Amino acid sequence: MSTGALNPARDLPKLAAVIGIGVFAFLPMAGMPAFYDSFFYLVFFWVSLATSWALLSGFAGYFSLGHAAFFGVGVYTTGVLGAKFEVPFLLTVPVAAAMAALLGLGIGAVVFRLRRLRGELFALLTLAVTFVIGTIVLNTPIDGGGGIFMSAVPLPKLMATQSATIYLLGFVICVITLAIAYWVAHSRLGMGLFAIHDDEDVAEAKGVPTFRYKLIAFALSAGIAGAVGGIHAMYVSFITVAGTFELTVPLYVVLMSVLGGSRNWFGPAIGATVITTLLYAFISGGEAMVGRALVGVILILAILWLPDGVVPALKKFIARRRPVPAAMPIAEIAPVVVAAKPIGERHILQVRDVTKRFGGLQALAGVSLDVREGEILGLVGPNGSGKTTLINAISGFYPLTSGSITVDGVEIGNLPAHEIARRGVARTYQIPRPFVNMTVLDNVALAATFGGPPRRQAEIREEALHWTRFTGLAGKEDVLPAGLNLHERKFLELARALAAKPKLLLLDEVLSGLNPAEIDNAIRLVRAIRAQGATIVFVEHLMRAVVELSDRIAVLNEGKLFALGSPREVMTDPRVVSIYLGKAYAA
Amino acid sequence: MPSATLLGQALISGVLAGGMYGLLALGLSLSWGLLRLVNLSHFALAFLAAYLTYELGTNYHVAPWWSAMLIVPAMFAMGLAQHWIFDKFKVNELASLLITFSFAIILEVAIQLYWTADYRRYETHYSTMSFKVGPFYIPVLELILCLVAGVLAWGTWLWLRKTYVGKALRAAAEDADIAAAYGVDHKKLAYLLSGMGAAYAGIAGTFIALIATLAPAQIWTWLGVVFAVVIIGRLGNPLGALFAGMLIGASESIAMAVLSPAWAPVVSFSLLIVILLWDPEWL
Repeated sequence: MSTGALNPARDLPKLAAVIGIGVFAFLPMAGMPAFYDSFFYLVFFWVSLATSWALLSGFAGYFSLGHAAFFGVGVYTTGVLGAKFEVPFLLTVPVAAAMAALLGLGIGAVVFRLRRLRGELFALLTLAVTFVIGTIVLNTPIDGGGGIFMSAVPLPKLMATQSATIYLLGFVICVITLAIAYWVAHSRLGMGLFAIHDDEDVAEAKGVPTFRYKLIAFALSAGIAGAVGGIHAMYVSFITVAGTFELTVPLYVVLMSVLGGSRNWFGPAIGATVITTLLYAFISGGEAMVGRALVGVILILAILWLPDGVVPALKKFIARRRPVPAAMPIAEIAPVVVAAKPIGERHILQVRDVTKRFGGLQALAGVSLDVREGEILGLVGPNGSGKTTLINAISGFYPLTSGSITVDGVEIGNLPAHEIARRGVARTYQIPRPFVNMTVLDNVALAATFGGPPRRQAEIREEALHWTRFTGLAGKEDVLPAGLNLHERKFLELARALAAKPKLLLLDEVLSGLNPAEIDNAIRLVRAIRAQGATIVFVEHLMRAVVELSDRIAVLNEGKLFALGSPREVMTDPRVVSIYLGKAYAA
Repeated sequence: MPSATLLGQALISGVLAGGMYGLLALGLSLSWGLLRLVNLSHFALAFLAAYLTYELGTNYHVAPWWSAMLIVPAMFAMGLAQHWIFDKFKVNELASLLITFSFAIILEVAIQLYWTADYRRYETHYSTMSFKVGPFYIPVLELILCLVAGVLAWGTWLWLRKTYVGKALRAAAEDADIAAAYGVDHKKLAYLLSGMGAAYAGIAGTFIALIATLAPAQIWTWLGVVFAVVIIGRLGNPLGALFAGMLIGASESIAMAVLSPAWAPVVSFSLLIVILLWDPEWL
């Protein structure tokens, strides 16, 4: 199809958006009563706040109860600059956004470094920050306890009346917020944030710069809240600490986002519109208290019956009405006929005197190991010998206690995991850890996006489709990981690792838990992977597979390299037999 | 700088006031630490109990200790009912936070509709009683509150440490499925614990009625401080909750005396932020 032709599926929503924006922008000119200006302004206000909250808390899953802090910083920035320093109002709004974004960056720069501050502790920490900032504002000349009157601050005449001008400002910020949310949700950033939401450690290992992405999301989220606050200062016209840094803001914002669906860019807007309309209906009817209680009841019912929110529930309902393609049986992997590339002389991975200590436990006690380009190295050893720790150390999940690791001659020992992933190291997990809210195809596409070389969206999709087919997951592209069995999940792990086009692939017990037929299939798959040019280090307990696949075998025992050589040499080494079976069998 | 007497008095009042934080934190800490449920409606339940104590005392002249006999079991039943919902829908931590928040709002509205938004004060002849030790005044009611909180915290701690039930609960908090495989009836214990948490809110409510002035919006005033107490005292540790309550009460009171009353809220949250960032072993 030529690009000029009309494509209803693609262009209708765009057309609707343009018409909608046009209608709402000129609505105040139609001579609407001021009452409606104020109602629509409040809808825009809550849509913007709820959507901005979702950028960090919904997308990345860092649930914040501190949105009032950023909103409040915006309110007071505009308040102080406008009322005390007579800065023109429109100039104060970007400053308000910047101040709030800086606060978000500051908090994030400290808090995002700590692994334990996820989940509800992050929520309560941000709540605490709100109270601290509120108290500081109250007790310093910023407010001083008397509040700030905004009536002297001139509002630019964008529209005929004051209320229409505020309406327009609220509308503009609302459109900008939704545009940002749409852009984030459909960008690389959004993809990374969704992955962080599901499993942050895995996201990092797949090449997502988690720390940076969380900071960007936090700054965007806080910055929008600050701008909204700046405009809201003019709406309320008298600002107080008690009315600004209050619990209502975070709680309504959470309620609206969760109700609408906080992982969807448009969900919070739906939730905010519904709740604001309800609240407004009750307030204007003089039943504000009943309205509050009703909101409470709705929230309880929504969480119990629609835990993902209205928008995802609707999407699911629509999807269910489409015909479901019949599930295909897992394809058998054809044996590879391509002659494998000869093993090179170059060392792709060099591990030198690596130690890793956990408190008093020495998990790796000076391991040195070279892996040649194109070879398959089997890593074996009794339980607790340090195999998985070594994989974790190479992939950057653990920082080294001492020693050095180089890939292709570049030192990676102290790089963050996502940098290592970008240098061509991919891994799988012994217990599969897929991103549970992403489809199989998206799981693979994420790895291709962040692990592999930069490519266009369409290429990445092709690549992801290729690897899902390659690992025998064709027909399951749109299934969520919960719909896969263990065998398929293990292969999804492989597909994700392969999509990153790794130079070095670390496989952690891909065969455990599989039945004999599945194991044969997996062995063929590993051969096929090597034929594509990857070097493979694999941890495995199943000796048949180790002997069949490995060019060399490394044996770890008690955190040290115990033996290294060809499968035949190593398996007949009496010392190796003794650590597995005891001394009596060694002879 | 205020005098030593003033500081001493501030310290004593602070520790005693902290008893209330500790008592409120007790139930929250148990349900969060051992059941993985964050119960925001805890405060609303405490205030409901306080209003009931006020109502029975002012209109029917029932002494607070008699009304507590009625209210505390009723709260226990409320806790069971609430847990039935959590259990039936397999609610996780964040969902429990939102659900109990909504529940708290509904209770707040109910309280406001019945008792109005006016301030209510339960007047008794003993509410301001105090005695003198050296230069310091000790309020009797607050002292009794601290003793009750101490007994409850200590008793609960012993119960969790020393009995089978307590050990089973801690095992189930670590991993409910594995504990179940070893024969721990986690469900029944969870109901018991939820009921206990709500009953503790009822006891706290009785004291709130006697010590504080009641207004529906007051439900939210202690929320931040008490959560700080719960975290600093370590989730699921009753004694920790009590000591953290007293620590925060004392530091707030001293901040009020040295700086100004308006700075008090900064103290608990700054302490919380510092401790979360410091991330000590015992947390």
